Amino acid sequence: MRPEWTDFVAGKWESEINVRDFIQKNYHPYDGDESFLAEATQNTKDLWAQVLELQKAEREAGGVLDMDTKVVSTITSHGPGYLDKSKETIVGFQTDKPFKRSLQPYGGIRMAEKACSDNGYEVDPEISEFFSTHRKTHNAGCFDAYNAEMRACRSSHIITGLPDAYGRGRIIGDYRRIALYGIDRLIEDKLTQKDSTGKVMTDDVIRLREEISEQIVALKMMKEMAATYGCDISKPAANVKEAIQWTYFGYLCAVKEQNGAAMSLGRTSTFLDCYAERDLKNGTFTEQEIQEFVDHFIMKLRMIKFARTPEYNQIFAGDPVWVTESLAGVGVDGRPMVTRMSFRYLHTLTNLGASPEPNLTVLWSPRLPEAWKKYCAKMSILTSSIQYENDELMRPDHGDDYGIACCVSSMVIGKEMQFFGARANLAKCLLYALNGGVDEVSKKQVGPKYRPVEGDVLDFDDVMDKFVDMIEWQADVYVNTLNIIHYMHDKYCYERAEMALHDRDVKRYFATGVAGLSIVADSLSAIKYAKVEVVRDEDGVIVDFKTTGDFPKYGNDDDRVDSIAQDIVHKFMTAIRRHHTYRNGVPTTSILTITSNVTYGKATGNTPDGRKKGQPFAPGANPMHGRDTHGAVASLSSVSKLPFVDAQDGISNTFTIIPGALGKEDQIFAGDIELDLNK
Amino acid sequence: MQGRIHSLESFGTVDGPGTRFVVFTQGCPMRCAYCHNPDTWDVKGGKLMEPAYIIEQYERNKPFYANGGGLTVTGGEPLMQVDFLIELFSLAKEKGIHTCIDSSGIMYNPENPYFMEKLDKLMPLTDLVMLDIKHIDPEKHKELTQHPNHNILKFAEYLNEKNVDMWIRHVVVPGLTDDEKYLYDLGYFIGALHNLKALDVLPYHTMGEKKYEALGMEYKLKGVPPMDKELLLDKKQAILNGIRARRAEMEAK
Repeated sequence: MRPEWTDFVAGKWESEINVRDFIQKNYHPYDGDESFLAEATQNTKDLWAQVLELQKAEREAGGVLDMDTKVVSTITSHGPGYLDKSKETIVGFQTDKPFKRSLQPYGGIRMAEKACSDNGYEVDPEISEFFSTHRKTHNAGCFDAYNAEMRACRSSHIITGLPDAYGRGRIIGDYRRIALYGIDRLIEDKLTQKDSTGKVMTDDVIRLREEISEQIVALKMMKEMAATYGCDISKPAANVKEAIQWTYFGYLCAVKEQNGAAMSLGRTSTFLDCYAERDLKNGTFTEQEIQEFVDHFIMKLRMIKFARTPEYNQIFAGDPVWVTESLAGVGVDGRPMVTRMSFRYLHTLTNLGASPEPNLTVLWSPRLPEAWKKYCAKMSILTSSIQYENDELMRPDHGDDYGIACCVSSMVIGKEMQFFGARANLAKCLLYALNGGVDEVSKKQVGPKYRPVEGDVLDFDDVMDKFVDMIEWQADVYVNTLNIIHYMHDKYCYERAEMALHDRDVKRYFATGVAGLSIVADSLSAIKYAKVEVVRDEDGVIVDFKTTGDFPKYGNDDDRVDSIAQDIVHKFMTAIRRHHTYRNGVPTTSILTITSNVTYGKATGNTPDGRKKGQPFAPGANPMHGRDTHGAVASLSSVSKLPFVDAQDGISNTFTIIPGALGKEDQIFAGDIELDLNK
Repeated sequence: MQGRIHSLESFGTVDGPGTRFVVFTQGCPMRCAYCHNPDTWDVKGGKLMEPAYIIEQYERNKPFYANGGGLTVTGGEPLMQVDFLIELFSLAKEKGIHTCIDSSGIMYNPENPYFMEKLDKLMPLTDLVMLDIKHIDPEKHKELTQHPNHNILKFAEYLNEKNVDMWIRHVVVPGLTDDEKYLYDLGYFIGALHNLKALDVLPYHTMGEKKYEALGMEYKLKGVPPMDKELLLDKKQAILNGIRARRAEMEAK
């Protein structure tokens, strides 16, 4: 056994790259409470104060403090950067100093230029020239291949947020592999993989061989980059501090090269706990020291930044990185995967304060230990910074070593990845069905010239019939557009760092998404259960609706309308499944517009449910605001009826509640009166 | 027997123990100045619902109400619909559901054998009554609610006799129900009752005001500020002191 692995339980993880096997053999489930946790050290407080100062300066500078305009970011492009070298236990920034955003033109040079110019910077003209003349970008590739219909759909927002001008993201490297095995072993493995490809040089084999070569280059560069920080990651990590540092370096390499729409971390806490438990037992580190490493690690994750345009920020409501870290969950053998490290991660919300990043996500199961559940609830109430996902729903498909990319996309770490596919605007598609493919805002013929609805009152069967046809069309142009996007992304903006930390044969999910589900469900319910009259403009385009009578609304646990929502998701997914997908990706869909619902609303006309033109959509699979009148459980029940099998890329629900509605304050409420009297 | 229902709430966390399915009945004889649900007063409003339908709604999401939650009927005044309650709670008890009534006690009348017979039938089906005593002083009570309180207090004693668990709720309104003398008296009164399980002191808030505006009704407490949470702790202590005093006296005997 390698010296770094001393005291670990042996297994097949030694002879093959298999982090899951290592975790399962070596992790210590923890069912106690949070009382063991350590406070922030003085160094942590000092460093965080420095970060807060920088944040303030950044806000005062209009949102960006510094941008690199000359050096194209690669794994090794920038020398080391520090906040305060003497105090940092975990090191590494994307560029040579904190809060300086890197230049990443491979996704698209115009986007990179605009991100700079909108913030008062200018990209070095030589770089602009290079990426316009000598080196094609992903963005240029997409527009070379798009047809007129795709461009029309794009500008009318029936398909929207497409990753054709920015990095698609949503790929999680298994950054833990660096800690467990060291880079040299991973390179060895990749060389073996390259030798193992097919001998007949088909397109697929050629591409695979080229990609593995790229991955090997990336691995070598990682080693080089870490060396500038004085770390030798060619070998496995020898203790928890190194394990955190090695893991972070892997992630850092990914964000140095990819400005992706979501750059998630994976599922690192329970892995790292194996080291922490060993170090605590051996007296290598104290609890205080380990918490400090974690605090510094999380602090670094909070400082990941990208150069983005105001338009991008509008779609995503800010410039989120989606450093999602998946915590807890239950193992396939039934043991909860909560460890002390899971607590330490959440405890950073106390030591450093509340924060949306990293996006700490708890994989929830009724079988999690009670103390952990209580701690999660407590931290949620205190910080509103925790996301929850249903482990019971995902474990059957993905086992117990999956992580979440972005907010809901589940994938087995190092074995599965996804092609992110933005989303189709279903509400607009319904309006296209009514208007025979004419856009209700621009009045242009964007969709196919199908027969529009006739008469003044909408008939449910007629509308449904036309809607299904229009969904078929929408799915067709949508999937084909995504095929182009992912072809070009692989070609011009390949994620070599992340893919170097994957197996050779990965399962690729071909993700799609829908927006406006609750609007469509309520609109169809209105057509079915109330009377909806149409209002046409002078060109005969339906631009408004007059609804009389009441109708069941999605969000009240009412099967009459909830079944419509389920049916639409199924019909959409069925239409998607009919198509060829790039690299035989497994098609999935998500219902998750957490932030972009506002932008989509702006681009969509009046809808039969009574929503007015320009009004925001509900986020994700949420019911429309104010229409769920039977309380949270009924509202959540409507959402939970959506078929996961047809929305495997995830279903999100944004839940907001005032603290007072969560129960009695124990200060005021005197329960068990006998006890209280003895005080 | 159908109930006249104002609304159903699937996620009740402040109306009894645990997470509860809450039924708001329609209709109330009281006219409490600070009532934040004036839309539940009208005895002719609401929707008619079958008890079986309500139990079905509960059962759909019952995992949420496990772990110490259950079914609460509030209003409005639930005891205006005692026949409906008997049927609803009989069904609930068949399913092992924890049942709770949130009442002002205004319907209680020991001189009405017809009502008492039904109440006697309902109580074995009821796990908890949350009794909202608006004011301990008869005169002040009348000012506040336009009704006397002697039967309300008798209702508390009745529950004690019947051994039905009871929570006492009391809304503290600045200037109206915050006099610590009366709060002490309230505590002294309820201190004698062994079925008392909890004291729920509620701070007056102004969120109801908008409803009055929407209903075109006059809001009698216009300008009264919401109850300060810190002060409220003292008010709670006043009631607890009353309870303690009474209990000490009883022990001495």
